Amino acid sequence: MSFAETIVPKEHLLGKTLPDLKRIAAKLGLPAFVAAQIAYWLYKTNIQSYDEMTNISKKVRLLLAEHYDLGVSDPVKVQQSADGTKKYLFPVSSHKFIETAFIPDARRNTLCVSSQVGCKMGCLFCATGRQGFQAQLSAGQIINQLRSIPEREQITNIVFMGMGEPFDNAEEVMKAQEILTAAYGFELSARKVTVSTIGIVPAMEVFLRESKCNLAVSMHSPFDEERRKLMPIQHVYPIKDVIDTINRADLGKYRRVSIEYIVFGELNDTQKHVKELARLLNKTRCRINLIRFHPVPNVPLPPTNEDRLVEFQRALNEKGIVTTIRASRGLDIDAACGLLSTKALIQRENGDF
Amino acid sequence: MNSVESKPNVKFKSVTILSNTEISPNVFLLSFKRDFAFRAGQVLGIAVSSNDDARLYSIASGENDENISLLYNIKPGGKLTPNLAILRPDDTLWITVPFGTYAGSDEPAYWIAAGTGIAPFYSMYRSGLGSNKILIHGSRTLDAFYFSDELLTDFGSRYVRCCSQQEGEGTYHGRVTQYLEALDNLPEDQKYYLCGSAEMVVECREILLSKGVPFSNVVAEIYF
Repeated sequence: MSFAETIVPKEHLLGKTLPDLKRIAAKLGLPAFVAAQIAYWLYKTNIQSYDEMTNISKKVRLLLAEHYDLGVSDPVKVQQSADGTKKYLFPVSSHKFIETAFIPDARRNTLCVSSQVGCKMGCLFCATGRQGFQAQLSAGQIINQLRSIPEREQITNIVFMGMGEPFDNAEEVMKAQEILTAAYGFELSARKVTVSTIGIVPAMEVFLRESKCNLAVSMHSPFDEERRKLMPIQHVYPIKDVIDTINRADLGKYRRVSIEYIVFGELNDTQKHVKELARLLNKTRCRINLIRFHPVPNVPLPPTNEDRLVEFQRALNEKGIVTTIRASRGLDIDAACGLLSTKALIQRENGDF
Repeated sequence: MNSVESKPNVKFKSVTILSNTEISPNVFLLSFKRDFAFRAGQVLGIAVSSNDDARLYSIASGENDENISLLYNIKPGGKLTPNLAILRPDDTLWITVPFGTYAGSDEPAYWIAAGTGIAPFYSMYRSGLGSNKILIHGSRTLDAFYFSDELLTDFGSRYVRCCSQQEGEGTYHGRVTQYLEALDNLPEDQKYYLCGSAEMVVECREILLSKGVPFSNVVAEIYF
């Protein structure tokens, strides 16, 4: 007979909100102010171990270490694009990885974070979607993508536009956006944090009510039938309901809503689309962000036609919708929009077929 | 389709459970009396308490059936299914109105499912849309071909069961994706309906596209 020790992984402290940390302090019989001290070390510094929490007694540090891991982990790989974009690879568990893109430009340094390993949404044009879904990320694993890169101090903007659908992991994403914007956390302005969704209406309603961060919605077509072919979510949450949800929300004065629109040449860049977009967004305070389609192997969708793209932008602006074209960054390292994927690193698990 | 929170502002109504039976290990079929109309392929939001968030499940019964049935598997640690599985006849279930546009048609088509993804196709079949369809169902084990007695009788050779981990009489031994890979001359002018996990849907879709099926003829429903 043998006795195998079962090692239960400890919970991580990174990703805990201040109220979470207060509950932990109470559970461990510690005074409430310890919660604020821990938050300081987690989110205001880049310490790597409990030993570095110098204003917390050794006894308390040992107690914390006994029950919790810190939850910080370095990326295992970085690739750099000719345009300065970097793509980081983080392991989140055995055989599961995520990618994070750091996109510097003259005015801002943006970090594009992942919210899931893979994605369940199955959008036809997206490389992440083609790897299926492997795992949800915890708030700590989302926050770690910012905390553990060398550019941490330079980041001005965070966009939840990496791997995964943020609102399919709404609870952890809501915690992460709180930590990013809270005074006890990274103290980023909510105007500098954008959560992008394909339009999971119930979670969007919660986000619009409880967060002040910006919202981006992936539309890609204003027409039901066409959008269904590109994005299966349209069967359940049609884009009209998504827009109605935005229209019902109190956006305040400064909160920004963007409509993300990948332009496929001669498919969704016609005058008919301009007219329908203008009709659909008639009551919506938003801008449209046009994105070039970055071809994914074996996906039978036409590439963006540059002349038509510019004409499409002009026509939308003429209709009174502020429309911009997003620069394609990090193409040479597959860091551009829709190209993040860790499919090659996944060890297949038993699914339903 | 399952496991996404439904609209919190959508009002629930209560129904009384007629049966909640484990039809295969960890897989249940729950039924209650139908008192509303729906389209085969639609989903319902369900919850065990009116204070909970609703989760979406495809209806697994016909448009004219007396009862509404829902097929679900227990997700360990899940917020809904472990609590759903302990409900008994006469207990209360909270449901939303049916919604969604994943609807069948009476045109010839392929229905391709994995696991509990059979539910919308079973609903379409029970609603009279099965006669000109080819139904391909993938599962890991032989006990996961839900409704197979009825489907075998009515579909005959148009019902293909692909079992990846066990061999069985009358079944194809392999993944549904392997079965599709081996098919030649798939009609390009027919619709291919897919329902299952994200992995299954994206892999099947990729195979269909590689065989010349236009993406406009692939109609995908995903679990999330």
